[in-house]
Amino acid sequence: MPNYRIHKTEYIDETKRVSFKYDGKTYFGYEGDTLASALLANGIHLVGRSFKYHRPRGIVSCGAEEPNAICQIGSKKDLTEPNVRATELELYEGLEASSQNCWPNVKFDIGGINNLISPLIPAGFYYKTFMWPKSFWKKVYEPLIRLSAGLGKSPTEPDPDIYDHKHVHYDVLVIGGGVSGIIAAKMAAKNNLKTLLVDEKKILGGSTIYQNNESIKIDDKLSSEWLKNEIQEIKKLNNLTIKTRTSIAAYHGYNFLLAKENLTDHLPEEKKKNKIRQRLWKIRAKKVVIATGSIERPLVFNNNDRPGILLSNSIKKYLDYYGVTCGENIILFTNNDSAYETSISLHKKGIKNIIVDLRKSASSELIKQAESLGIKIYFNHVVTNTFGYRKINSLEIMKLSEDGNTTVGNKIRLSCDCLGMSGGWTPMVHMHTQSGGKLDFRDEDQVFLPKENSEDQISVGSCNGDFDLDNIIDKTVNKINKFLDIDNQDYQDTNIICSKENDKRNIWLLPNKIPLGKTKCFVDFQNDSTAKDIKLALKEGFRSIEHVKRYTTTGMATDQGKLSNMHALGIIADTAGVKMGTLGTTTFRPPFTPLTFGTLVGRNVGKFFEVVRKTSIHEWHVENNAEFENVGQWKRPWYYPKNGENMHDAVQRESKAARDSAGILDASTLGKIDIQGTDASEFLNRVYTNSWSKLAIGKCRYGLMLNEDGMVYDDGVTTRISENHYLMTTTTGGAANVLSKLEDYLQTEWPELDVYLTSVTDHYSTASICGPNSKKILNKLFPNLDLSDENFPHMSFKEEKLENINCRIMRISFTGELSYEINIESKYGHSLWKMCIEAGKEFNLTPYGTETMHLLRAEKGFIIVGQDTDGTMTPSDLQMDWIVSKKKYDFIGKRSLYRSDTIREDRKQLVGLLTDDPKEILEEGAQIVSDVKSKPIDMLGHVTSSYFSPNLNKSIALAVVRSGKTMKGQKLIIPMENKNINVTVSDTIFLDKENERLNA
Amino acid sequence: MFLINCPFCGERDQSEFSSGGEAHIVRPKQPTELSDDEWAEYLFMRKNIKGVQFERWNHTHGCRKWFNVVRDTSNDKILSVYKMGEKPPENYK
Ligand SMILES: [Zn+2]
Repeated sequence: MPNYRIHKTEYIDETKRVSFKYDGKTYFGYEGDTLASALLANGIHLVGRSFKYHRPRGIVSCGAEEPNAICQIGSKKDLTEPNVRATELELYEGLEASSQNCWPNVKFDIGGINNLISPLIPAGFYYKTFMWPKSFWKKVYEPLIRLSAGLGKSPTEPDPDIYDHKHVHYDVLVIGGGVSGIIAAKMAAKNNLKTLLVDEKKILGGSTIYQNNESIKIDDKLSSEWLKNEIQEIKKLNNLTIKTRTSIAAYHGYNFLLAKENLTDHLPEEKKKNKIRQRLWKIRAKKVVIATGSIERPLVFNNNDRPGILLSNSIKKYLDYYGVTCGENIILFTNNDSAYETSISLHKKGIKNIIVDLRKSASSELIKQAESLGIKIYFNHVVTNTFGYRKINSLEIMKLSEDGNTTVGNKIRLSCDCLGMSGGWTPMVHMHTQSGGKLDFRDEDQVFLPKENSEDQISVGSCNGDFDLDNIIDKTVNKINKFLDIDNQDYQDTNIICSKENDKRNIWLLPNKIPLGKTKCFVDFQNDSTAKDIKLALKEGFRSIEHVKRYTTTGMATDQGKLSNMHALGIIADTAGVKMGTLGTTTFRPPFTPLTFGTLVGRNVGKFFEVVRKTSIHEWHVENNAEFENVGQWKRPWYYPKNGENMHDAVQRESKAARDSAGILDASTLGKIDIQGTDASEFLNRVYTNSWSKLAIGKCRYGLMLNEDGMVYDDGVTTRISENHYLMTTTTGGAANVLSKLEDYLQTEWPELDVYLTSVTDHYSTASICGPNSKKILNKLFPNLDLSDENFPHMSFKEEKLENINCRIMRISFTGELSYEINIESKYGHSLWKMCIEAGKEFNLTPYGTETMHLLRAEKGFIIVGQDTDGTMTPSDLQMDWIVSKKKYDFIGKRSLYRSDTIREDRKQLVGLLTDDPKEILEEGAQIVSDVKSKPIDMLGHVTSSYFSPNLNKSIALAVVRSGKTMKGQKLIIPMENKNINVTVSDTIFLDKENERLNA
Repeated sequence: MFLINCPFCGERDQSEFSSGGEAHIVRPKQPTELSDDEWAEYLFMRKNIKGVQFERWNHTHGCRKWFNVVRDTSNDKILSVYKMGEKPPENYK
């Protein structure tokens, strides 16, 4: 097996050998490696196939910007993870990884045929090709695309890992632990500011930590040695928290940031167990220092995507940090000085290399150093083509013309096994723009820079466009002193020597003799977009960068275009003949690197996913076999199946029992608002449509509440407990909103009213007993209470003790039966319920759930707000004009009731429906028409509630129908998938129109 | 995620609050006197401007008080907060 690890470094522990599997084969690396460095040490460059053309692709970078080396980790159904960047994944014993996007395997990939037919896959290919015929989409196109494309596989079972969230507050947050971040953190912490320093890597130091060039020195030491000393210093600072393996995912307004800390991803399987995998930090910082550095740019030329072609500085990091060389015969292609550092590092380790520099000439310390070492440099040359299928084996260079628009002279063929490219550096302005900061364009080296730094956020170091070390340190120190309003002198006498870059030249799309249409100059490696695609998009009329991006999919892969966005912009600007700075950039959206769902949800999974509210009687319902329904956050008994009954049978039995003898419902979830104050009556007058002034103490009244737009908002019964004291009930789901709305009016529109509102929903439990025998049951529970109609009529209220515990009893009915609601302090709710059940035994008192409640009230034509209404129904639409006071001068929504739209006669109105076949039960939500032949069919309305009534022995339904009020007796049609159901419009009240049962 | 300085409780995270739209839209004292157009103006029409906007916020998961906020919608900076019934700060008009 080849070994490309050629020297020892302090970051690789050669005493700790680590075995891992890649594509099923076992390899070895060392502790300290990433998967990428370990693969390169084993001579493996080819790690995947490209997305569209299935071209062989290799490792390009050494960090978060990696477009190609993304892999699938593990194979377990619950733990496998796709799209992990091999350049970021730390190696651990037992790691199993596989390449993605290649079938049957990475070396022989059937999709490679796409490469040969690539002239047929232009920009917008998916939009243009798979559009028609429509019937082909589901059966042909989609399965085909899914089989041959796709980036990795999702786990198919729930994630068993533990994730965590943590909220923290700091005076200063420093993002990035390179040289400028370390200086900033030290200055802040030494000035008594509580400081947090985060870095995505395992160790601090950025790219300076492995810097070993003699021409770059601080205080007479190698910059790396100087920085290691600084790191030792800051670790001693009490005010400073350092979090490595922690990356900022999002920078929101008001300095609220999300960071992901990786806790166990680098540990072997057995050490991961029972530990928190990742923690999401929710950070509020008074001030934020962005020191995120910059990333090297690739260069765009023909066949710039072959395995073995990497970013130049990544070659340097693999060599100087990991001890691994990416080749034995390396060519570096550059437009700036930094590739010379790579060249000198390679040379020192005995790796043969030459430089192709597109600049006409250049002079600096670094270039002199390279020249004196005898490194061959081709100035004013560009790479025009590369060769080699699974790995680069040679390339061609040509001389640039004077204006740089074309190539001249003869092709020179050079052999190599690796090509490093450096197109300059792109400041990582993502954090700055996410925070709302704007950008400026610097023409000199064609970079976007933070435009202005606000009082709570600043960028320092190379993310601010400062590239030379002396510049970085001097400017960071000055800016931080000013930003934090401190006077730190630590770096006053620091002596920095570094090479200065003097010559710049950039060409976004490098010239070539071959026509562009026949080249493959990749701009976005991960999404396979080429320069040709971008030019085609422009030719087809796209102008906005956001449109070009979506049409060509440039920058839209999982790397979000970290390597490609600048080139796309540059090519657009050059082609359209506009200045790059005027184009603007695409939006940098969070997260900066992908986050797992687990990190985002933290502990809020399973039973912690959402709050669950249970009544005090809940355990009884569970013991008695109730099926539950979620109503808002409440768990409500839905029905109580007996002896294997299905829902229909249970509901039929419960409904019949309630009307024939007695039924009991847990009504504790209804919203209850305690209203007190000298203006309580006036307040009710203003919020309900009907009049409240004359409601006697001890009486109850049903009320309908509207929105200011006249539409029904909520309903419920309110009881006058004493002169200035009412108890309002609301719907279960509407309770919180009603309280908020009432508070809003009291605080903002009617602050003069003396009214106090308190939510008492949770304070009382409610057992509602209905049916002809309910009075007898009440009598057993409250033998001293006079239940006669004279003393305790319908719609009235009594207070009575049950074994010394006070109960509030309302004689009100939502079923049409004689009915009592007993309210008791919640802690006694369970006991009350059991006493009711016990007392009701001889009367077959039957517990019923929400479904039976809905059925019983539908028989009586009572509406359920939210089921029979949808925010577009006025009281008149519901045929409830009787509840709207004509006398009251004003109430919420009154004026809207005679807007031109609300008085239209052809509004949808509530009606009853009876099916011609009484056994036929309609589907709720089904559409209603009068004529199925006309096209398009005119839709008149829809079914809102539908049940089979055991008490009437027929199907009943409520519906909203256009002009429904005038349609009684009319035949309508409910068209279903297989048949048309004939119905007749009826009254909304199906049972006991005379209300005789209320006083039975 | 804003930090909002509730005039009753002090600085709290945005997640404790809910927004109530444009401020200083007074409910007409005599709605029945208004034409459809005038009522619609009160009911539906909101400015929703880019720039300095006066809006209502409620400290829903706190003191439950409504108050007013002056916010620059172009950068989300909250320039001022003041209680219901207090005069809006003049310098932002
Ligand atoms: Zn508050």
